[in-house]
Amino acid sequence: MSEPILSVSGLTAHYGDFQALFGVDVALEQGEVVAIIGANGAGKTTLMRAITGIARVSAGRVRLDGRDITGTPAPDILMAGIAMVPEGRRLFPSLSVEENLLIGAHARRIQGHWNLESVYRLFPVLRERRDHPGTALSGGQQQMVAIGRALMSNPRVLLCDELSLGLAPVVIREIYAAFPEIRASGASIVVIEQDVSQALKVADYVHCMMEGRITLSGRPAELSRDAIHDAYFGATH
Amino acid sequence: MFSLDTIVQGLLLGGLYALFAAGLSLVFGIMRLVNLAHGDLIVLGAYLILGLGTVTGMNPFVAALIAMPLMFGLGWLLQTRLLNRVLGEDILPPLLVTFGLSVVIQNGLLAAFTADSRKLAAGPVESASVAIGPVHMGVMPVLTLATAVAVILGLNLLFYRTALGRAFRATSDDAVTAQLMGIRPQRIFAMATGIALVVAAIAALYLGTRANFDPSIGPARLLYAFEAVIIGGLGSLWGTLAGGVVIGLAQTMGAAVNPEWQILAGHVAFVLILMVRPRGLFPRAID
Repeated sequence: MSEPILSVSGLTAHYGDFQALFGVDVALEQGEVVAIIGANGAGKTTLMRAITGIARVSAGRVRLDGRDITGTPAPDILMAGIAMVPEGRRLFPSLSVEENLLIGAHARRIQGHWNLESVYRLFPVLRERRDHPGTALSGGQQQMVAIGRALMSNPRVLLCDELSLGLAPVVIREIYAAFPEIRASGASIVVIEQDVSQALKVADYVHCMMEGRITLSGRPAELSRDAIHDAYFGATH
Repeated sequence: MFSLDTIVQGLLLGGLYALFAAGLSLVFGIMRLVNLAHGDLIVLGAYLILGLGTVTGMNPFVAALIAMPLMFGLGWLLQTRLLNRVLGEDILPPLLVTFGLSVVIQNGLLAAFTADSRKLAAGPVESASVAIGPVHMGVMPVLTLATAVAVILGLNLLFYRTALGRAFRATSDDAVTAQLMGIRPQRIFAMATGIALVVAAIAALYLGTRANFDPSIGPARLLYAFEAVIIGGLGSLWGTLAGGVVIGLAQTMGAAVNPEWQILAGHVAFVLILMVRPRGLFPRAID
């Protein structure tokens, strides 16, 4: 098997005194979508923050294309090609929609599929609202800005944290409809989801997390509803 | 009650205060840092211009052009070596450090230049004046206000029209998310303090040509600058210009009634405006 583009091995991280991750292993193959599901507090977001260099790693390794990037500062991780759509979208309130997109390419400016024009083609509603403050948009449109902003750096790996949080089902479908083009652009994707059925639909491979550990892994077709239920909530019926 | 002349002189004086305040406003707007040494850094700039002029015989305007990049370098070093280390959730450490810096600069200047009053000699332009209708204006005060407007305009263009300005605003909004965009906040802060000290060098030029200065006058300049920033509304550069003009007008009007009231009138205007508009004249929508 070829080298995974992103591999996380034995990752341990703390959130203050609280241990949030206990030796997590995740691998992302080139061109794949991996979903990480789990309840609130399972450690999914801490895992994302550890990969992007925002949270400190206590032990374990993060490798991008075989290169060890553990403990690298966040700006360098972006430069290496990992972009994140953070939980809660975190648009910059002083910036317009277009400026929020442009800031995504502020540091990592490489020629690729993604630029203002192609992001506007992916999410046409953003073109109409380009001069509005980013935070004046609806939740779904803000999520589109956050995705577009991450794509502007033409990332090799795109991390999406809770895209569906607080959005109506029709809006969630609209946002996930962008995934085929994102995959076609060459980006490999990790999505964090609480919405299990959405995760199973979009992913090639699914990991379920509970209390800082991976409790179940497999391809969506191989995982039964009961197994997922047990891994998600614990097998203590 | 007040002659047109008084009002015009007040406006022009406001230009000087706006220059004092612009750097302070910029730094506060980007990193929420109140630099208590800002006034002393302006005085340091005046001595730098004086020293360059003394050594080379240059006119202060030319010396100021050379002082500007030097002050940028000083600002960069100050931020990366000192202030970045104390910036954080707690606002007290940076306040204490800049307070200490203020004392260090004053005493350093005292040791190097003594307590004697100095002045930058700009030549005949100092006494030149222009008459517009019934009002006679000194060329230097007019130049001061024009420079202040140009500096504020320039900073606004930088802030709202350039990629660097975008990074300034993004970092000010949310430094953690800015890092996810590949932005290095500490470098952004160093750039901001560098630019603030370039503006301080410009302020120093007009401070030193307008009146005498000595190593101890920094804190009073800081006070005027601080009042201008607060009156204008924190983080608003045009507001800072307006704030400077308010202080300048109040001081000139106060002095017209009774020369002893000049300084007091500026402070009273500050308090009155805060009573009516606690967030200043042009507060930013988001803080």
